[in-house]
Amino acid sequence: MLDRAATDTAKDSATRRVRFRGAGFVPASSRFGGWIALAFVIAIWQAAGSTGLVNALFLPTPAAIVRAIYQLAISGALWQHLSASLLRIGVGWLLGTAAGVAVGFAIGLSRLARSVGITFISALFPIPKIALLPLLILWLGIGEEPKIATIALGVFFSTAISVYSGVDAVPRNLIRMAQSFNVPFATIVRKVVWPGALPAILAGFRITASVALLLVVSAEMIGAQYGIGAFVLQAGNLMQTDQLLAGVVILSVFGLAVGKVIGWLEIRLLHWR
Amino acid sequence: MDLIANHISHRFGDLAVLDDISFTVSAGEVVAIVGPSGCGKSTLLSILGGLLQPTSGAPELRGAPPADSLNPLTFVFQDFALLPWASVEENVEFPLLHTQLSAPQRRALVDDALRRTGLTDFRTTYPKQLSGGMRQRVGISRALAVKPAILLMDEPLSALDSQTRELLMEDFVRLLADGGMGAVYVTHNLEEAARLADRIVVLSRRPGRIREVVTVPMTRTERGDAAAREKLLALQNQIWSLIRNEAIDAEREVQHA
Repeated sequence: MLDRAATDTAKDSATRRVRFRGAGFVPASSRFGGWIALAFVIAIWQAAGSTGLVNALFLPTPAAIVRAIYQLAISGALWQHLSASLLRIGVGWLLGTAAGVAVGFAIGLSRLARSVGITFISALFPIPKIALLPLLILWLGIGEEPKIATIALGVFFSTAISVYSGVDAVPRNLIRMAQSFNVPFATIVRKVVWPGALPAILAGFRITASVALLLVVSAEMIGAQYGIGAFVLQAGNLMQTDQLLAGVVILSVFGLAVGKVIGWLEIRLLHWR
Repeated sequence: MDLIANHISHRFGDLAVLDDISFTVSAGEVVAIVGPSGCGKSTLLSILGGLLQPTSGAPELRGAPPADSLNPLTFVFQDFALLPWASVEENVEFPLLHTQLSAPQRRALVDDALRRTGLTDFRTTYPKQLSGGMRQRVGISRALAVKPAILLMDEPLSALDSQTRELLMEDFVRLLADGGMGAVYVTHNLEEAARLADRIVVLSRRPGRIREVVTVPMTRTERGDAAAREKLLALQNQIWSLIRNEAIDAEREVQHA
């Protein structure tokens, strides 16, 4: 009866549609929008260089940068520099991550480790790790060790913070559930705390990959014969801006590749989200 | 096996939550705990299940649990407490992983628990893919897998819609029908308490004290017919009259907080 009455009333006067007000504020992007925008910027950049609008010494064209990368590749210099950087990043990142995960879990799970560890981390984390390189050279000698140690230190602090934050964020109700079934401590850590903290740990890996890249370039610029950082610095000193930007592009591609690997890991390991 | 609340009192700092609570849950008995909001019902259940140390008094067990019981006191949680990264069967198997059972033995227990809760076809699904009612079924299935002597249920239906509540209540009645398993059932819903419990412990407003212990004057199997419903309704009204004023005061206190 109520419905019919409402319909009849509506028929008596002109209707107008309720205006849709729910658009926007949705974190979505179009599939090809980013690539089209990138291609557009590169095309303008190329056109500006080719027509002489921009001096090639200050900003080489994308084509010149691609040529420089190709020449570096066929001369073997690219692999020489890249392999030196990759070795430093790989070893430094692994050492820093292993130590950071261990310390982060200790802080997350032990009251004693938390009170001691957080004090030290709070005091040492803000120090720019590259400032320690001269001291590390003094301690470890001139060679790979101080560069690797700088990267490991930078990675360690960020990893430890992301790990203990991740452990803290594991829902307590899951831990209480496990305790209510008399599940032993080690099994709770392995089956509840570790998977629960994994999203934060993987998010931390994204940050530490960037930190490692930043520190390897900085360390190589200060004291290295080979490595992408040393190559970029050398190219800058010789005003070889196409080579300099080739180094920058290689760094960017490396960063993108690492991001893709971590994204793949997230899809594989966090499929339940 | 009996579960005994022996003069349990508890404080959170200066706040007295429970005051001298004593009662016994006999083997196979279902005891509901009701009371105004904030009277310490869930705190009492945590203490009874060994998840919280009382300030004074103690939860005690009398007699041996059934020989095949892997976790005599087993919780069913209000928020289900399912591992989101584990499938239904992995969640049900989780409390069995640290036991001495072989993989085929664990498998048999999981299969049986899933069958009893109607989850056999959902064993590979993940919690996020399930409705609230189905998630609670997984929680119940996980509890059944360890063959508890006493289920400790902390408002297990309060997060669910009324239709799902009704369906799960029928499941509880069925699971507890044979008297092989006892339960402590914390709820603010007097209808659920009257429908499921053999006795109802009515707590006062904070600090929670035992106001009255009401015996439900019929077996659970007798509660389905119309005459029984009228008696149960009268029982609910009786309990409501005991706690109504305190429930109003508690509600006002919560709003002021």
